[in-house]
Amino acid sequence: MAAIKVNINDKTHTIEASEDMPLLWAIRDIVGLTGTKFGCGIGQCGACTVHLNGKPVRSCLLPVGALDGQSVTTIEGLADAAGLHPLQQTWIDQDVAQCGYCQTGQIMSAAALLAENSKPSDADIDAAMAGNYCRCGTYIRIRQAVHTAALAINAAGK
Amino acid sequence: MQNKIAKNSQLSRRNFIKISGLVGGGLMLGNPLQTLAASGEVSAGTLEHSELNAYVQIKPDGSILIYSGSPEMGQGIKTSLPMIVAEEMGAAWNDVVVEQTPEVDTEKYGRQSTGGSYTVFLNWNLMREMGASAREMLIGAAAEIMELPRTELKTEDSRVKHLYSNRSRTFAELATLAAKQPVPDKTTLTFREREDYRILGTSKSQVDSLEIVTGQGDYGIDTRVPDMLYGSYTKCPAVGGTLVSANLEDVKKMPGVVDAYIIKGNGDVRELLDGVGIVGTSTWAVFNARKALQIEWDESDASKDNWDEFVAFAKEQSNTGDAVLFETGELESAIDADNNSVISSFYEYPYLTHLCLEPMNCTADYRSGRSGNKDHLEVWLPTQSGPRFQTLAKNRYGLEAEQLTTHVKRMGGSFGRRTSGEYICEAIELSKLSGRPVKLTWSREDSIQHDFFREGGFCRVRGAITPEGKLAGWEEHTIGVKVGGKPSRFTGVRKNSFPLNTAANARGSLTTYAMDTPVGPWRAPFSNTHAFASQCFIDELAHAAGRDHLEFLLEMMGEPRWLKDQDIRAMNTGRASGVIKLAAEKAGWGKTMQKGHGLGLAFYFCHAAHVAEVAHVSVTDDNKVTVHRVTTAVDVGPIINMSGALNQVQGSIMDGYSAMAGQKITMRDGRIQETNLDQYPVLRIGAAPEVDVHFIQSDFSPTGLGEPALPPLAPAVANAMFRATGKRVRTMPLADLGYSV
Ligand code: FES
Ligand code: FES
Repeated sequence: MAAIKVNINDKTHTIEASEDMPLLWAIRDIVGLTGTKFGCGIGQCGACTVHLNGKPVRSCLLPVGALDGQSVTTIEGLADAAGLHPLQQTWIDQDVAQCGYCQTGQIMSAAALLAENSKPSDADIDAAMAGNYCRCGTYIRIRQAVHTAALAINAAGK
Repeated sequence: MQNKIAKNSQLSRRNFIKISGLVGGGLMLGNPLQTLAASGEVSAGTLEHSELNAYVQIKPDGSILIYSGSPEMGQGIKTSLPMIVAEEMGAAWNDVVVEQTPEVDTEKYGRQSTGGSYTVFLNWNLMREMGASAREMLIGAAAEIMELPRTELKTEDSRVKHLYSNRSRTFAELATLAAKQPVPDKTTLTFREREDYRILGTSKSQVDSLEIVTGQGDYGIDTRVPDMLYGSYTKCPAVGGTLVSANLEDVKKMPGVVDAYIIKGNGDVRELLDGVGIVGTSTWAVFNARKALQIEWDESDASKDNWDEFVAFAKEQSNTGDAVLFETGELESAIDADNNSVISSFYEYPYLTHLCLEPMNCTADYRSGRSGNKDHLEVWLPTQSGPRFQTLAKNRYGLEAEQLTTHVKRMGGSFGRRTSGEYICEAIELSKLSGRPVKLTWSREDSIQHDFFREGGFCRVRGAITPEGKLAGWEEHTIGVKVGGKPSRFTGVRKNSFPLNTAANARGSLTTYAMDTPVGPWRAPFSNTHAFASQCFIDELAHAAGRDHLEFLLEMMGEPRWLKDQDIRAMNTGRASGVIKLAAEKAGWGKTMQKGHGLGLAFYFCHAAHVAEVAHVSVTDDNKVTVHRVTTAVDVGPIINMSGALNQVQGSIMDGYSAMAGQKITMRDGRIQETNLDQYPVLRIGAAPEVDVHFIQSDFSPTGLGEPALPPLAPAVANAMFRATGKRVRTMPLADLGYSV
């Protein structure tokens, strides 16, 4: 057991856990944020995607012990005081989800993409989102929603 | 870069409801006791008929709570059923808040199960009655207050309005008095005309969209209750093995482990098999502890299944199977007639796993009764059927309904999977043994290895054509599995399947092969394999006859007729021809395609839906397959939620394509060989084709769309690949034939 200090969604948490516990389970079971999902546990489905220092990572493969002093953003931290992230709003407006289980991971991957590339092409989206599986097959709407959210962000002048 | 939380108001209303509970001031439909005691506490379970039910409440702030009784698994039912209620009521959709029914009580709420794409059909009348009944009570209240005849009042936008003046009252103003109105006799209720619909047929985002995108979605796997432990359950990798011994002491020393148990099952794969249960302080603790676990199994009665042996057996089968299940006309004479030509093809399809993205899980809190009190069981349960859980709890644990508290959770996919009881029993056992609430989570590997699989199988189809190129005879011989001595429910021959339902001379027969690997429903069961064999073979016959597939298919349909009048489970050849023609027209059927490209057509009827699809596919010289576009025409009657309906069609097509491309479960010596996503390829966003959907909104009863758009996809793609390459595809997945996607 170790006490690991991780900044999650702008708040420092001291996580008491084995160092080799994957971040996914530390977030879900210890911190109690369950928006980050478990799908495969081997880095193949993307349901567990969070941002580590701004970059998208698969939290199921990341030992929490390696994260002392680092910053993590989960889906719960994507919206801010001003409101939802444009991706979240577009996801609602365009009714992207079916079962919805993969969608928090999809949105985290898409948010990382838009932070780097404010005008992604279809090919850019397909490449950035290839690690996120959707069993329900919502890919067509995901692609469309990423484009729409990109426009909204650009129109807002950021 | 942020937008405002547009649905903020909905969130706060939701909180309001949670805080205020169900007490007072509300309109509780169909519960006479409640309406008499309009300001009293809600007492449940006192209703005699399901149609006199409490689906609707109006709150003083004007929000309208509508319950959804059917479990939500991504098929959109939690949105579509309340839309029907709201439409009949005359509610404004923005005022509606939807919650899952708070308890499982089929006398009070009706079916509370979902599956087979029949949920919309089976609830259509009940939901309309709930809405219409609420509307009549509101109008009754308004008639009293406004001193106007009922006939001069209508509901619209959450108001009762006077037809001949500007006078109106909000539902909220009327709620208390409405609750005291007599509950209308359901035979007197009338329903709105389709041309007056304001909600049905429009696009509504799922009622849980905000929760989903903010990570607040209410899935079973997210359950957290006070004092809860986390659990895992390890079973024999070959189904049916019994446990001899296990090194529990080593496991108990692993970090975060609270306890470990050897659990003896009853041998029923749908209830409880032998295993080792581990409980601990986190999911990871109990997963990690399994690394130290060593179990000795007695596998003498365990599965010895081998996929390769099944394949070898199937290939030796002849045209007609062991058991003839169905025969019409004179098949033999059609086959033997000198001038007829006969062709025969052999199709193969593998086992598939469900791969619901949310792994199997259940949280159980079994509280033993003390000092004369009865035992109580509370579960947080992802399931397609709460009532089925109640039956399990009664039969296996002797628990009556009043000893159960059941929270039916939103499911991260199900596709037929969450209908069994073993993951529930395992959680219950762990809770009983530990004396604590336990959330049992299966790993992905558990969820694949211990699935109830879509069964693999084979179908030999033989057809005869006349010298004029008309279909003269059709024969299907399915080689399927029997499990526990019984043919699987989803194997064999169905007389009501196309084209056995229309062919003049036809025969269907079955040969079964004993396998122990458990099988179960998987999105469009039976149809998802039968459509492949049958609809590919129609194209083969048309080609052999030198005919155009479209024209040949329409000729097979013949005159427009309902094969069994008023039975939605029977095909209607007029509706079938309608979707076939529409899909072909929209796809540009008959146009010249560039080299390596082709269009393929397939129709199928299942789950009361008529669906035709045309796939535009290209295949490169090195066998890379691309599905560019799928043009689909669907007749499921009037559409309830346009966005949801499109979503189901788009998703089914993607799902069918993903399965066809590379998915295959095999078994060797009783062990499932594929363990996780790295060995079971799934298609990613880059493979998603354009999907063009056209609905024929006929006047038949609306029916569901969770499944029926899947079966035509594989034959449409296979037929298109033939146009592109000249080579037939008779085996799934495509990867087995050397194709890549
Ligand atoms: S759970 Fe991490 S990638 Fe699947
Ligand atoms: S919406 Fe169900 S897995 Fe993506």
